[in-house]
Amino acid sequence: MRNSSGAGLMSKWLIIVCVAGGLLSPMQTALAQALADSDAEQIQRGEYLARAGNCMGCHTTRGGEPYAGGRKLNTPFGQFVTPNITPDNETGIGRWNSEDFWQALHYGKSKDGRYLYPAFPYTEYTKVTRPDADAIFAYLRSLPPVVQANPPHKINSPYDNQALLFLWRTRYFNEGVYQPDKSKSDEWNRGNYLVQGLGHCNACHTPRNVWGGSRDDKMSGGKIMGTYWYAPSLVSPLEAGVSEWSIEDIAKLLSTGINGHAVTSGPMATIVRQSLQYLSDYDIRSMAVYLQSLGEKRDSTPRKARKMPEQVRQYIALGQEVYEKHCQDCHGKSGEGVPGIYPPLAGNRSVTMISPLNAIRSVLYGGYPPATAGNPRPYGMPPYQHFIRDPEIAQVVSYIRNAWGNYGSLVSPEDVDNSRGSEF
Amino acid sequence: MKFFAFILLAMISALVSAAEPASSAISDTLEERVKPCIICHRDADLIDRDAYFPRIAGKPAGYLYNQLRNFRDGRRYYQPMAILLENMSDEYMREIADYFASLPYVYPQPVVPALSPAETKSVETLMYSGDPERDLPACSACHGEKLMGVQPAIPGLLGLPHAYLAAQFGGWRNGGIMRGQTPDCMSEIAKKLTQEEVNALVQWLPGLPVSGQLAGADALAPELAQRCRTILSGKEMAR
Repeated sequence: MRNSSGAGLMSKWLIIVCVAGGLLSPMQTALAQALADSDAEQIQRGEYLARAGNCMGCHTTRGGEPYAGGRKLNTPFGQFVTPNITPDNETGIGRWNSEDFWQALHYGKSKDGRYLYPAFPYTEYTKVTRPDADAIFAYLRSLPPVVQANPPHKINSPYDNQALLFLWRTRYFNEGVYQPDKSKSDEWNRGNYLVQGLGHCNACHTPRNVWGGSRDDKMSGGKIMGTYWYAPSLVSPLEAGVSEWSIEDIAKLLSTGINGHAVTSGPMATIVRQSLQYLSDYDIRSMAVYLQSLGEKRDSTPRKARKMPEQVRQYIALGQEVYEKHCQDCHGKSGEGVPGIYPPLAGNRSVTMISPLNAIRSVLYGGYPPATAGNPRPYGMPPYQHFIRDPEIAQVVSYIRNAWGNYGSLVSPEDVDNSRGSEF
Repeated sequence: MKFFAFILLAMISALVSAAEPASSAISDTLEERVKPCIICHRDADLIDRDAYFPRIAGKPAGYLYNQLRNFRDGRRYYQPMAILLENMSDEYMREIADYFASLPYVYPQPVVPALSPAETKSVETLMYSGDPERDLPACSACHGEKLMGVQPAIPGLLGLPHAYLAAQFGGWRNGGIMRGQTPDCMSEIAKKLTQEEVNALVQWLPGLPVSGQLAGADALAPELAQRCRTILSGKEMAR
């Protein structure tokens, strides 16, 4: 105890000396930061960072022991089973040292030298700094070891081939810690680090090609592998790009799961509950600053109002009847909603974006926004799957996509049926 | 002076209206918040009694809370509930459980079962005496003498639709209701019953009129409390 606090004191002096001497290069900042962490502080910082990276989100099964793994991730390449990362010697990472952990997080290689599958988002975690990685490792070491042997992955041939994985890496993996952009603010850089690195938002919000590689490094949206949800673009003003939102509104959605314009649902709601609600105001604000800067501006030329064919008009009118019967009480006659309680549907981009998947699923399965410190008793949406038949769900979703100035494609009963399914 | 008083009054009223939530049309109540629940779990007058959705009004608060957590945490499996509860907190679910436990409920009229006298006798024996040879406790030993449940976590057996009872027994017999939870006393018991006994039980129960109250927690014998501890103890389940 005395030792660690002594080291802490010394390192604080070291920082002061470095700062005073004007020698604070990134390298030394990292060194000083590492030294500044006494054991307890390091573990505490690691716990926070593990939250920010939402390690638990994958490394814990529903209702299972925290960090003991066993969650199954279904992908087109096979089923991945997340490993136990508690410090148990036989079934966890008890025999790992911080070098092994760094190798996994930064280079995507296991302790035994095997390449890891990118279901583990080392393609994003590679941006995490060494002191942060060490802190996360120290935190994981501090957990009670859980004896839990998880079943092996079931990977389809030929994806179970290490040579193929090597090729994949040469094409889709860029190793390297995040390098701050000096021309941008500290907040922007912190936000970029959290969004692109630890927070691995890319893992869902970037479109994937048939090899599971990111098609670009823009977060331009895509169907989430292994789930039945569409992760909207964080760039496009037609999806979830937030260039026109205030920093406060963005921060509120991230930390509480709801704001006056929108509500998080599906996997994003879960991430708010598991991870984002615990982040500091500064970190949330930083993410908001960065996300706002990513967004493209809306095309201001007004859309030409096209005349709807009579058949389409009739189809949409049927949807209006369904809306008036089931939806209007909460979402309002003009789709105005009740901001902060029931989301508005007029102008709501998760209703109008090209993929109708999330809107259909909200009708089928309903849901509650996450219960968070900022919104502890959320109001919810009933699941209508047993009460409204597919043709009527198709009509009502088509209606809300085209009412009150909204503009979106029509939805068919087949689209509704294709939106069914869950990982549970 | 009057003019200043008027300005002051105007300012106060402006403040008051600013403090009012924009959403004054939406009531800040649990009734409003549980709308997603009652679309399925509403009163018997709206849904045929053979519908699969069971009543939740008036059931023991501890029982409801345990089921909510079981659905959320994947121990009890039902996809629509798992999706709905995914991002709920323990505190909020406790509040919702208390709310439904406090609601009055209009029970359906009993339905006379089509059972032979021998079948009826066999069911009544199981119900009130059990079968020591097969280590089957009497149903009434856990669910209360009046079968109305025991505080705080054991549900009553009366006023439930036949289809629901049959589905639950099927689930227990296949080990499919409470996944991975051991010991699971209802599953052990259901597996020891014959299919004929189950069929008779789920017909006999809806034939009983609903009367009486939940029994107090002391109604439960210690050995049964021990046998069903994972169901009763929130602590062991919380893990």
